[in-house]
Amino acid sequence: MNGANPFEAYDDHGGHEDHTDPEEHEGRVGPQGSDDSEAENGPHGPGGPKDPEKGNGQDPDEPPRIPMPRSSVEDTGLPLPEPALTPLILEHRVLKALLGAWALAACSPEEAAAVEDHLGLCGACADEALRLREAVGLLHRPESLDLDPALRTRVLESCLERRPPRIPVPEWATPYDAETARLDALLQDIGDAEWHAPVRLRWFERDEPTSRRTTVAGVIAHLLTVDGLVAVTLGLDDPLEAPAESPTPAARTEAFWRASHFPPTRSVRGPWREQAHNLVRTVAFAGGGSGQLPVSYGDFELTLRDSMLDRAFECWVHAGDIADAVDYPYEPPSPRHLHAMIDLGARMLPTALAARRQAGLAGPGHVRHLVPAGAPGRSLRLEIEGLGGGEWLIPLDSPGALASPDHEVAHVALDGVEFCQLAAGHVSPEEAAAGQVGDREAIKDVLFAAASLSRM
Amino acid sequence: MAKKDAPPRWDRKMQQRLARGEAAALGELYDRFASLVHGLAHRVLGDERAADGITREVFAHVWENPEAYDPKQGPLRSWVATLTHRLAVQRLRTTETAALARGGTGGTEELESKVRRASVAARADYIVTSMPTPLRAALELAYFQRRDYRQTAADLGVTEDEARRRLRLGLQLLSTAHDTGPSGTPPEYGGAR
Repeated sequence: MNGANPFEAYDDHGGHEDHTDPEEHEGRVGPQGSDDSEAENGPHGPGGPKDPEKGNGQDPDEPPRIPMPRSSVEDTGLPLPEPALTPLILEHRVLKALLGAWALAACSPEEAAAVEDHLGLCGACADEALRLREAVGLLHRPESLDLDPALRTRVLESCLERRPPRIPVPEWATPYDAETARLDALLQDIGDAEWHAPVRLRWFERDEPTSRRTTVAGVIAHLLTVDGLVAVTLGLDDPLEAPAESPTPAARTEAFWRASHFPPTRSVRGPWREQAHNLVRTVAFAGGGSGQLPVSYGDFELTLRDSMLDRAFECWVHAGDIADAVDYPYEPPSPRHLHAMIDLGARMLPTALAARRQAGLAGPGHVRHLVPAGAPGRSLRLEIEGLGGGEWLIPLDSPGALASPDHEVAHVALDGVEFCQLAAGHVSPEEAAAGQVGDREAIKDVLFAAASLSRM
Repeated sequence: MAKKDAPPRWDRKMQQRLARGEAAALGELYDRFASLVHGLAHRVLGDERAADGITREVFAHVWENPEAYDPKQGPLRSWVATLTHRLAVQRLRTTETAALARGGTGGTEELESKVRRASVAARADYIVTSMPTPLRAALELAYFQRRDYRQTAADLGVTEDEARRRLRLGLQLLSTAHDTGPSGTPPEYGGAR
């Protein structure tokens, strides 16, 4: 490991971190003044910092701990350097080397006193001491680097208005671009240890909540591997080098985790970020028309356009998991992007309903009159409240049926983020806070179908 | 952490992509430099919204004039930092002059010293984020973690001589923040104008 690590070991000193006033350092000169590493002072030679008159650092005549400008040397009446010249030659070099530590109040009281004595005698060191002391005053703890994620969108949009791009990013890829940037900003802020914080991935399988334990780094590896499905479709390198049992998101993720001898570390961030940038860049070159390309998830397919939305959604959901694990706040996507994600979920519901019926999971007593494709059938009105919300009519009888307000049998209202949590498998259909009117069986089917959209 | 080790190749390719009008390149440019730009602007202006405004101006300028950057003159990062500094100091002077004209307190001299202070502070921030990691780590320990140089040496696994050297060199670099040009704009951010 490298030099960044030791910072963590001293977190318990954090209480001092707010004291950025350099003057405050005065009080703590030489917390280990009697440290036996004095031996290190060997080069000082005799009569160095252990000068009997100044050695204890508490001499009331001690000069003030600010560097003396050269001009004042003569005024102080202190002896001029000449008499001690020969024994000081070695010492001058050592004292000069100590100036940085002295300016930071990071040397022992004895050394500080020796430096200060010397400053009264040596103009060059006094000048440097003053300069370094002023430099200490310029040290600031960096201000919070948390940039408003909305600023990115605003800045990029205003740039693109001023100079329209020749190669734009398709509208349907912008949620992915924004969500990956947002997650990356979160990752930037977290420490080495937090990359190993436990995270539980949660989803629904056959109407049952399921979960899999991993770490923050493991989640990024998961995103890297599943985003890789899109990368492969676009002819980019597959981040998964090991063979997977099947080309599904779960099997690929497990294969990736298995293939590394050590648990993933923060080193997965780079490849994940680079792949995300490459995906955005590549779909931009492929153009908006590429949105209809099929992307295979193993047991189902999405168009590239929907797949990029799906990846944006997953990125947000897992960023939320990570933020929870490391105790950071994390906001929902911008309303426009949230709307696109909800729309994707709503459009996937009819197929999910059909899959549940095929699997025998649809509730008993469900009246099933098969509706020919394109004909109007029973419908549920899904009303999503809040920013990014809207209304969707969900055909209940078959994916090919036409949703029709005349055949509305039920009405469900829920908040946009709540709907996304449901579709992510983070909220169970029974517990989802949904306002419900109409056919209870139909409502239950739709809520369970929404939960079934979730996967590892 | 600053991504200051970007190879010059990245800089050149970025410039070509921006010149080609690739919106995706603009996004990547933002991802790499936004916190640097916003941080410097905020240090000069001390105001979130003003810093947002400078951030917008800086990226718009780069996007509209990618050819203004010459990779031979130094890293893109330095160029972006210098541009940010110039625009932020300009903005500070404009707003302070306007405040003065409206009958605010203080005189031109005070204004100039405020501009100078802000300018030096921003340059100091940049120097700290751009200095070699070993120097920054030593300063971080000695100043923020309040370790003395012996503890700093132990923490970094270097000799005490080396710790003293790093602290001194780090402060020497930092002290160049005071070496500003006549307009309060530093001559350079380790590179192009």
